Amino acid sequence: MKHRSFTAVLAAAILSLSADVAFADITIGVTLSATGPAASLGIPEKNTIELLPTSLGGEKVRYIVLDDASDTTRAVTNTRKLITEDKVDVILGSTVTPNSLAMIDIVADAETPMISMAASARIVDPANPKTRWVFKTPQSDSLMADAIAVSMKANGVKTVGYIGFNDAYGESWLGEIKRSAQTAGINIIADEKYNRSDASVTGQVLKLIAANPDAVLIGASGTPGATPQKELVARRYKGRIYQTHGVANPDFLRVCGADCNGTLLPIGPMLVFEQLPESNPVKKVAAQCITQYEAKFGKDSRTTFGGHAYDTFALLSHAVPEALKKAKPGTKEFRAALRDALETSNVVGTHGVFVMSPQDHNGLDNRARVMIRIDNGKWVLVK
Amino acid sequence: MDPSIAAFLTQDGVTNGAIYALLALALVLVFTVTRVIWIPSGEFVAYGTLTLAGLQLGKAPGIVGLLVAVAIVAALVETVSTIRAREWRRLPRRLALWLGVPLAVAAAVWWAAPRALPLPVQVMLTLAAVTALGPLLYRIVYQPLADASVLVLLIVSVALHFALTGLGLWFFGAEGSRTPAFTDASFKVGELTFSAQSLLVVATSMVLIGALYLFFEHTLYGKALRATAVNRVGARLVGISPSFAGALTFLLAALLCAFCGVLIGPITTVYYESGFMISLKGFVGAIIGGLVSYPLAAAGALLVGLLEAFSSFWASAFKEVIVFTLIIPVLLWRSLTTRHHDEDE
Repeated sequence: MKHRSFTAVLAAAILSLSADVAFADITIGVTLSATGPAASLGIPEKNTIELLPTSLGGEKVRYIVLDDASDTTRAVTNTRKLITEDKVDVILGSTVTPNSLAMIDIVADAETPMISMAASARIVDPANPKTRWVFKTPQSDSLMADAIAVSMKANGVKTVGYIGFNDAYGESWLGEIKRSAQTAGINIIADEKYNRSDASVTGQVLKLIAANPDAVLIGASGTPGATPQKELVARRYKGRIYQTHGVANPDFLRVCGADCNGTLLPIGPMLVFEQLPESNPVKKVAAQCITQYEAKFGKDSRTTFGGHAYDTFALLSHAVPEALKKAKPGTKEFRAALRDALETSNVVGTHGVFVMSPQDHNGLDNRARVMIRIDNGKWVLVK
Repeated sequence: MDPSIAAFLTQDGVTNGAIYALLALALVLVFTVTRVIWIPSGEFVAYGTLTLAGLQLGKAPGIVGLLVAVAIVAALVETVSTIRAREWRRLPRRLALWLGVPLAVAAAVWWAAPRALPLPVQVMLTLAAVTALGPLLYRIVYQPLADASVLVLLIVSVALHFALTGLGLWFFGAEGSRTPAFTDASFKVGELTFSAQSLLVVATSMVLIGALYLFFEHTLYGKALRATAVNRVGARLVGISPSFAGALTFLLAALLCAFCGVLIGPITTVYYESGFMISLKGFVGAIIGGLVSYPLAAAGALLVGLLEAFSSFWASAFKEVIVFTLIIPVLLWRSLTTRHHDEDE
């Protein structure tokens, strides 16, 4: 295994030397989950990549976009292909956490920087030396969970029932909300699981209601988040309902309809950029990204996931000119310089301000989250 | 657990069980007549819901294009085989059947989409469109392989399942849809509240099961299908065309699945790929019936629905595990009690 990857690196190095003469374009490899279970996240990301400029720091940019079908093996294969065959300078992706985690070893061996669009903090865990090459744009769940705990405390919530996906997303949220709630002095008194394709969540919801918590948090992403919400409303649950930022897309609003009125969730500020004060640095970047996106894909088609893809480019547009001063695209030196430049990012993106450091390869802080309320199918900023 | 929660769970379980029962019946029907383990049945369910949801939104669903495409392919296949057999006189009738009817259905759906017709009309159009896909896909995919082994047919089913899932993503997008409830009414009997929607689901399933029973017992076509299921060669000797029996079977099975899709739409959010899980649960029910017995399959599906409802209350993290583990004791019991005999292939 070790031997093979060494050969691959050697081959890539030799090939890149010869390719250097032919063209000095910057090659960006992208692997996204445009099909499979994470397609609702991957499709807006892919759409956003299509809208990105084709030049950076005066050099032409070539995008190679591959689909990994939300599948870890495919994401790994794509990454190998991008590195060895296409000799990319940087890899963007993947959409989901398991895929991104599996890609770390490969990019670290090939010394190619990677910017993930998945949420888990483990992707850029500073304790793992291989993550030296890995960055990510989305907010970590812990940042969002803190926002929920703060909001719950402000609303006088003492007890919380949790219902979430029976997978990594739901488990991660359960862990984070337990931690945040404990800090805020809130008790989690019930936790239930369901699957995104479940035909019914009646059993889980009845059990939650029997525990009678002050608020319920639904740890789900996309339209499946509406299933427990609709059931809670149908069973006349009177407490507050919280969702996570995973549901913030127009399809969720369409499916959930009036049953979602009053629901609170934390979100990257881009989604409600119109309602932000002028002083917020994110407003201008988010406006640019969303105007462009909605011009091509229709009014109200915005999602936060497109913003994560846009932010990878925001990071690159800072780092590439820096790296170009040191080396030519397509070389090992360029990739190393790109990595070093990414680590010193202080960039305003659509979701917040990225202030990176060797210890923090995400760089987002409290400015990267706001609480919003759903009001008749609209996202409303909670002041 | 107090009695009212138990009653809610039972109601929920019976409602889902009724839907799984329809699927289990479709699977048993297809397997007994054509020996196909019909994995893509779930896609027909999802297509049913999503087509209806598309019509609700006033968009012509992608199924129109699919219908036209498979109708053209089926017509070509049919024309070639007719010409080879030199049965010129039968060609117009066959073309009308394989090309004319599906095109008419596709045109009707396409015409109706932007017109916001009443819900029952949209339901009829959805049923027609999804049902038409059944025999067409049988003609293209399964009929040329009708004499292949069960394993080959299973592999083809898996392939068709993946193809239809991919097309589903393309047609309907990654996000799920719900259809509006047929009725919001609910009524109280003593302490218990029943929603009219779940009663409608159960009643429709019972009516369909009853209609199937009458069809098999009292019509010539039904008897022909039963004969084919009992003995394919024998049925052929007495003049029952196996390809006709296959097409009719897929027509009925696709109709059952389309009904499932329409019924499940208001209850849950359906995605392009959620059909597989639903059909797998119908499959567990069908396995309890040994893939041959209709009443046992229906009972098994009901059991799956109830087990699912109660395990989601007690141990939601292990719900699927509990439901699918049910297969193991059932298989053990079946392999110990039934005498195994190899299929004559």
